[in-house]
Amino acid sequence: MQQLKASGTPFLYPKKEENMNKKQNEVYVEAKKSVLLVPAIILLIVFFVTPIILTVYYSFTNLALSGENAKQLKFIGFSNYISMFKDRTVRISIVNTLIFLLGSLIGQQVLGFAIALLMKNKNKVFRGIIGPIFLAGWIMPEVVVALCCSTFFGDEGTLNQIFAFLHLPNVEFLYAIPMVTVILANVWHGTAFSMMNFQSALDGVPSDIEEAARVDGANRFQTMIRIILPCIKNTIATNTMLNTLSTLGVFGLIYMMTGGGPGTSTLTLPIFMYRQAFVSQQLGYGTAISMLLLVIGIILSVFYTRIMKNN
Amino acid sequence: MKLKKLLATALAVTMTMSLTACGNSATTADTAGETQDSTAKAEDAGEKTKISITFRDDGSTVLKDWFQNAYDTYPDKDKIDVEISPITASEGDYFAKIALALQSEDTAPDIVCEDTFQLASDVAAGYLADLSPYLKDYTEWNDGTYYGALVDGVTYDDGSVYGVPYCTDTRGLWYNKEVFEAAGLDTEWQPKTWQDVIDTCAVIKEKCPDVVPFWCNSGVATGEATSMQTYEMLLYGTGEQLLDENDKWIVSSENILKSLNFVNTIYSQGYGPSLSKVLNGEAGNTSSREYLPAGKLAISLDGYWITGNYKDTGAAPWPEYEEKLGIAAMPTTEGQDPGSVTMSGGWALSIPELSDQKDAAFDFLKYCMSYDVYKNAIIAQGNIATRTDISSDETYSSQPFMEKCTSFLDGAFYRPRNSQYSTVTTHIQTMVESVVSGTTPEDAMAQYKADVTNSVGEENIVEK
Repeated sequence: MQQLKASGTPFLYPKKEENMNKKQNEVYVEAKKSVLLVPAIILLIVFFVTPIILTVYYSFTNLALSGENAKQLKFIGFSNYISMFKDRTVRISIVNTLIFLLGSLIGQQVLGFAIALLMKNKNKVFRGIIGPIFLAGWIMPEVVVALCCSTFFGDEGTLNQIFAFLHLPNVEFLYAIPMVTVILANVWHGTAFSMMNFQSALDGVPSDIEEAARVDGANRFQTMIRIILPCIKNTIATNTMLNTLSTLGVFGLIYMMTGGGPGTSTLTLPIFMYRQAFVSQQLGYGTAISMLLLVIGIILSVFYTRIMKNN
Repeated sequence: MKLKKLLATALAVTMTMSLTACGNSATTADTAGETQDSTAKAEDAGEKTKISITFRDDGSTVLKDWFQNAYDTYPDKDKIDVEISPITASEGDYFAKIALALQSEDTAPDIVCEDTFQLASDVAAGYLADLSPYLKDYTEWNDGTYYGALVDGVTYDDGSVYGVPYCTDTRGLWYNKEVFEAAGLDTEWQPKTWQDVIDTCAVIKEKCPDVVPFWCNSGVATGEATSMQTYEMLLYGTGEQLLDENDKWIVSSENILKSLNFVNTIYSQGYGPSLSKVLNGEAGNTSSREYLPAGKLAISLDGYWITGNYKDTGAAPWPEYEEKLGIAAMPTTEGQDPGSVTMSGGWALSIPELSDQKDAAFDFLKYCMSYDVYKNAIIAQGNIATRTDISSDETYSSQPFMEKCTSFLDGAFYRPRNSQYSTVTTHIQTMVESVVSGTTPEDAMAQYKADVTNSVGEENIVEK
């Protein structure tokens, strides 16, 4: 035994060293990786984490643009949050935000899916022409989309010109059905994104499964419900989450088209936050509302992630 | 595995934050920028002191011309450089941008145009410099050249002064005499009660169906104009004011309802313009520059300055405005004493606390307010002068409607000099817009009560 052990050692020793070297090497590589990450991390901290922490802090203060409060920044505890829960305009804006969100989601997803489905298996030239047309709405900056839609839905806008040609009555879209109008604008803006997502997902659905289903006698509708949809359910969930988060933050589009009005009919949380912070000059209260927006965003994403997991 | 999970969660949260944060940052992006710089630089900057002037560019060039002309004849031109930097923004955004600019030495201009209602709030915030040391040696300030009421308006209890008023105004009912003639109405019109106004609207609607009978600023987008030209003209006509005698905000009363009901009647009876015209930020210009001169509008509740548009130098020249336009005083509710009512406001030139060239700035300010330079500017603005000696000038006093509108100044009401006003006024605008877009006056008032209570605190409100 002794001999064995003694004779064994010389063989084991270099192995150990090799291990050590390997470990050292790993640490070195990891360190190198981390060093390369440092600039990105610094940028994130300066321009991203700090503002967020500051926002959280300001929501507990009386920060104001003007007036006595602008002079003395004070920590006021949960006052902003308490008044937020008493504020009926907050409730109105939450409801408006959810309506806007739901309308936009359904519109963007259904339309995006339908377009992607219709474009599937069509020839390249057709896809090459139609695709960019839909993409136009997406690549345009929000401001341009708002302007286009305002002129389209305006009193003397394109749509009303068409109505006049068809001898239909003039409709003040932005005032009679403001919420529907801004949702339509947002759907037009966002559909292309969903379409692209669905397109790549649909391309990934193996055609042999579809064919097999068809051989088994499934019609088109059944194939879609039973085969295609389950295959792309992850895309649907991811797409819903991304659309939700981007829709929650929509500001410019609504601000330019209706300004949150008439009255409070399109007043969503971002617009209300802006009004409180910059028009009523209560920055502290405005940041508290933005925290509410953040919380809603987090709740919804956790909700979607859960659903995805369960599936 | 655990680490990976943790990392994934962290990333997910970051992503959420980033996306919502994107939405937030959009707001700042929307408000920032746009500042036009038109520099009135002399050829060689050299060692000159540089001062900058900021005001709101509302599409007309009168203010810019004023400062430019002042600089062109300025005796100290070789020592001082003036940078004219207007802010192109809606009225509400202008105040926000100014408040932000005044917070930093790097962005604070040296002279800023302040609406007198915003003055109290900016003074409370410590944004503006006390001008009393400079005014001590300013002869015209101390010898009664400036209207006493206006001097009082910018003087605080401890004797400090935060702005030199450069214009004031009165409001009334402007009407197009051609439309009145077409409707078979007397072209010398002076309603005695609110009901008279509504009756006149009814006649116009019947006789001239294509004409909008009545226009008053009614939206959030038109900002202070909605509060002052519309709501406060009505409210003060009922005999009530925004604050009670103990300086508490009146948030619920019969008179608020009366005022809102008047607005409601105008819109529900179809006497008002379409919402798409009146609820956007351009509404004030649409009515004064477009609708009234074209005979598409009969009566407009607006300020004296609208006549500035109709001059040759204005944004919408209307050579015959003297004959075709009429002005009537806004009556009190039932014609009760004093029979008519007007609100009066105005703007002032202030020097920011963080300006590093206060002496030079005040010197240029004084020059802008000197008789000749100021006279031409105030005539171009189409507003009422703050210097009494201007009123004896022939060109100034012979301006159409000047005499009548100046006479309204007697007994004019001023907005409360309260630093909370600039917040409360935004709630007034929301309340008026709600009524216009179909909310009942009772609900709108309840909303106003909730909003004001939220902003100023329970201890500063009162119900009547």
